[in-house]
Amino acid sequence: MQDLGISILFKGINFQRLLGGLWVTLRLALLTIGLSTVLGLLFALLMLSGRRWAKFFCRAWLEIVRFMPQLVLLYLVYFGFARLFGWDLNGEVSALIVFTFWGAAEMGDLIRGALTSIPRHQTESAEALGLTRGQVYQYVLIPQTVRRLLPQAINLSTRIIKTTALVKMINVTEVLKVGQQIIGQFYRQPDAAFWVYFVIFLLYFLVCWPFSLLARRLEKRWA
Amino acid sequence: MDWSFMLAHVPDYLAGAWVTLRFGLYGILCSLAVGLLCCLARFFRVPVLRQIAGGYIELARNTPLLVQLFFLYAGLPRVGIRFSAETCAVIGLTFLGGAYMAEAFRSGLEAVDRAQIEAGACLGLTRTQNIRYVIFPQALATAVPALFANVIFLIKETSVFSVLAMMDLMNVADTLRTSGGRTVEVLCMLIAAYLLILLPVSVIATRVERRLRYAGFGDQHSV
Repeated sequence: MQDLGISILFKGINFQRLLGGLWVTLRLALLTIGLSTVLGLLFALLMLSGRRWAKFFCRAWLEIVRFMPQLVLLYLVYFGFARLFGWDLNGEVSALIVFTFWGAAEMGDLIRGALTSIPRHQTESAEALGLTRGQVYQYVLIPQTVRRLLPQAINLSTRIIKTTALVKMINVTEVLKVGQQIIGQFYRQPDAAFWVYFVIFLLYFLVCWPFSLLARRLEKRWA
Repeated sequence: MDWSFMLAHVPDYLAGAWVTLRFGLYGILCSLAVGLLCCLARFFRVPVLRQIAGGYIELARNTPLLVQLFFLYAGLPRVGIRFSAETCAVIGLTFLGGAYMAEAFRSGLEAVDRAQIEAGACLGLTRTQNIRYVIFPQALATAVPALFANVIFLIKETSVFSVLAMMDLMNVADTLRTSGGRTVEVLCMLIAAYLLILLPVSVIATRVERRLRYAGFGDQHSV
């Protein structure tokens, strides 16, 4: 009698290989989240700067990332930039550029929304109480902004983690590719593919679910 | 830019757009149905169904569509469950979209003021009438922006159908790119095609949302 297909995951270092593949996309997602937060802050400040060109520029940027599927943007940078500018970017660098371009705009819009949602009288009351400009930010504005922002920013982060799976399509060896390699080696095992893809599905779930729970929890507590 | 090349391949893109739109539409309609059912099961606290709906929503929202499609298309056949690429596409999009739609409906239902429901009951409406004439219209009006956001999101997500070897826009572009070598033209047409699909959806969404706001639900026209 043949073993169940799931046993191949415990043969040799197959499971570690899968985790290694997952780490490729997770590392990319973490870098993207970090860069998007920094650039998103700049984006929000630019949008709130009151200059018309800046506002127009930000709106256009936001519309582009909202309208174009991320996969199209990935193709544009990975295949298109080589043709247009002669830049031969590898898959991971292209992905980092695209996801940061997308994440920064989305994060920026969240930051902008959180900042503008704080009623003006909060600042005015704080000033009336004699707080200095720095204190107003430290004790009044920043804590309230963070409370509104954090749940949404965490949700965006899970979206970024899920979206980085797309790098499979521009030839990055990530978890699905590693899975295909494992399935290829164990072609004698008919149900190998079922178990490998099932485990990848579960792995993604196990990574993203805690973030979703955390976001919901914070939202409830701070609402 | 090679305009004659672009003109010559317009029919290919039209065919691709038709695939993207058709299966996107099937997926969106099924998502709406699944989402509504899940949302109702949770809202009316139907035993068992409610837990199933809750679990399903968590699973679908916390995994990438690409991974879901690999499992459906390459994993399941190995244990004897076989679907065509087209069926996989619709099932996959529905699995993902249903969860997002359910959340959109839920936010609409939760926004209905309790006083409205109680007032309906006081006027002698039966439970069904109350749902039909009081709760549901208001919930839907509040949910519409989120529902349209999901429609746009799902159309964008159809770009990964190309892994199922379906000739959608993405795959048409990819095939032309690898065969012709005119990467820039191919990608420009791809971007134009997605814009032509998504811009009208966005315009319709804005109009519907504006109309519903005029309908005067909620508290901007206080009683």
